[in-house]
Amino acid sequence: MNKTFNQKAWYFVIPVFVLVAFNAAVPLMTVVNYSFQETFGSNVFAWEGTRWFKEILHSERFHASLGRQAIFTFIILLIQLPLGIFIALTMPKKGWGVPVCLILMSMPLLIPWNVVGAMWNIFALPDIGFLGNSLNSIGFDYNFTQQSGDAWFTTILMDVWHWTSLVVLLSYAGLNSIQPAYYQAAEIDGASRWDIFRYIELPKMKKVLTLAILLRFMDSFMIYTEPFVLTGGGPGNATNFLSLDLVKMALGQFDLGPAAAMSLIYFLIVLLICWIFYSLMMKNEART
Amino acid sequence: MSLELKEVEKKVGIETHIYSTNLKLEKNTINVLLGSTLAGKTTLMQIMAGLDKPTSGEIWFNGENVTGKEVQKRNCSMVYQQFINYPNFTVFDNIASPLKITGINSDEIKKRVGKVAELLKLSAMLNKKPDELSGGQQQRTALARALVKDSDLILLDEPLANLDFKLREELREELPKLFEDRDCIVVYATTEPLDALMIGGNTATLLEGNVVQYGKTLDVYNKPDNLTSAKVFSDPPMNIAEITKSGDKFKLADNNVQWTSNVNIKDGNYKIGIRPHNITTYKEGSNSVEINGKVLISELSGSESLIHFTNGKLNWVSLSNGIQQRNIGEDTKLHMNVDEFLYFDQNNRLVNHG
Repeated sequence: MNKTFNQKAWYFVIPVFVLVAFNAAVPLMTVVNYSFQETFGSNVFAWEGTRWFKEILHSERFHASLGRQAIFTFIILLIQLPLGIFIALTMPKKGWGVPVCLILMSMPLLIPWNVVGAMWNIFALPDIGFLGNSLNSIGFDYNFTQQSGDAWFTTILMDVWHWTSLVVLLSYAGLNSIQPAYYQAAEIDGASRWDIFRYIELPKMKKVLTLAILLRFMDSFMIYTEPFVLTGGGPGNATNFLSLDLVKMALGQFDLGPAAAMSLIYFLIVLLICWIFYSLMMKNEART
Repeated sequence: MSLELKEVEKKVGIETHIYSTNLKLEKNTINVLLGSTLAGKTTLMQIMAGLDKPTSGEIWFNGENVTGKEVQKRNCSMVYQQFINYPNFTVFDNIASPLKITGINSDEIKKRVGKVAELLKLSAMLNKKPDELSGGQQQRTALARALVKDSDLILLDEPLANLDFKLREELREELPKLFEDRDCIVVYATTEPLDALMIGGNTATLLEGNVVQYGKTLDVYNKPDNLTSAKVFSDPPMNIAEITKSGDKFKLADNNVQWTSNVNIKDGNYKIGIRPHNITTYKEGSNSVEINGKVLISELSGSESLIHFTNGKLNWVSLSNGIQQRNIGEDTKLHMNVDEFLYFDQNNRLVNHG
């Protein structure tokens, strides 16, 4: 057969290529570009090589905010996952309670992030906020604007309130996809409630939970808006998480070079952790 | 050993799922519950197992009233249409799971799992997990779990329905052998008359929450008590028509198809039921009668041909051996085997067969 040689099909790729370029490649390359140079504005650049990367990696400020970030993410995952699964398990499976619960659960997810921050800021104010005032009136010395422990407590509480629903909804979907026959079979075997959870529900939820952990890890590791509005990173640097610190460096101090290097390191950390986690979780799934 | 349902009834809200049912299943029998979807097969099985309680009536097992007894305290096992195994257990652990709870020592468990696995051709897969197995192997694992613990009652709820054709045939052949020398009662639910015939034993035909007839499978097939039972136990569907009899002459009511037979029933009006395979494109049996039909659909399934045809008000289906090609709309001549007709009275009760 005589094949005509035609490469016109490549034109179809152009729209995607352009979109991806503007959407991801160009901004990323701009950052890469900044990270190797020094600039004083007016579009004047000087080549600095890997200096900013070395500086960031050795900077105590970066270590401190990375540490805070890691602790924060670890704590909220530790709270939100078990809590989310527990709530999903106790949610009704049928009847009028289902839509009520689902709507109640989705509410926090629908509120704009800066509103969440503002809400909790007012809610937690020690003098006029309901939470802050109540805590003080029952004898706790609570002031999230001045005491770092209280600031952490409030930020974590806010994140748990805002995001646990996501874990709940994902787990609920996972639980609902388990056929009733599994529960019957377990009942016939004489399995306990814990056995059913451990050997049927948990393995069956594995995929949605992997997704939940990934999403919660990424979102919490890059958290910005809510703590920015709630504490602004304070008191002092107590809740100065990575993204807050990054913005301070880039826009507050206009250190574009180091900030660019820091965002690349930041990006690579998130990417690396997600990749390692995902490959570990999916190692056994590959065969099917 | 016997399982007896006495006046068992099941209502959910205002709906009745099972109408008052009496059924006695004997030791060492395989009992097929045959009926279409929503006939009440699964509900009946869950009541037998103790997974569900009847609204009224009693369940007796070995002369003991077990009506309210929890499923864990009865010695039964169940296999479902879906392949139900513990997802992160190996095949070995899956099969062993009912034994581990009873506290049998591990050597004994190994021995028994090994034996059952060999019976179900799973010996090579004991270290694999369910999602690495084919559907057939997954269902074999579920069957092995049901067999390993020497239950008094084994319930199989359409176990072959989700398997593809080949695996289904294969497992269907093996099933009766698996239960051959076991001291238990087996209940097998299916929508397919062919399953019942191949498995043998006893069959209960079910329709809309009623047990229509219960007896030896071949008896139920050859001598259905009534038209309903005959319809449930016929696939493709049974052909039915009104007839009149006078002397030894029989005539279709809306039609001039006539035949003679020495069937010993009074003169009058009756209904006949003809199974599709007794209407063929060729003559079969010593006494046959011709019927003309306009072909509606003609389906070939390898070794058999289904021809759907109309004749006046009749809308019938015939099943012939071999490839019998007919075109849609074509007029064709078919032969009915008179000796195989089932005669029902006006109350749909069987009056004579063949």
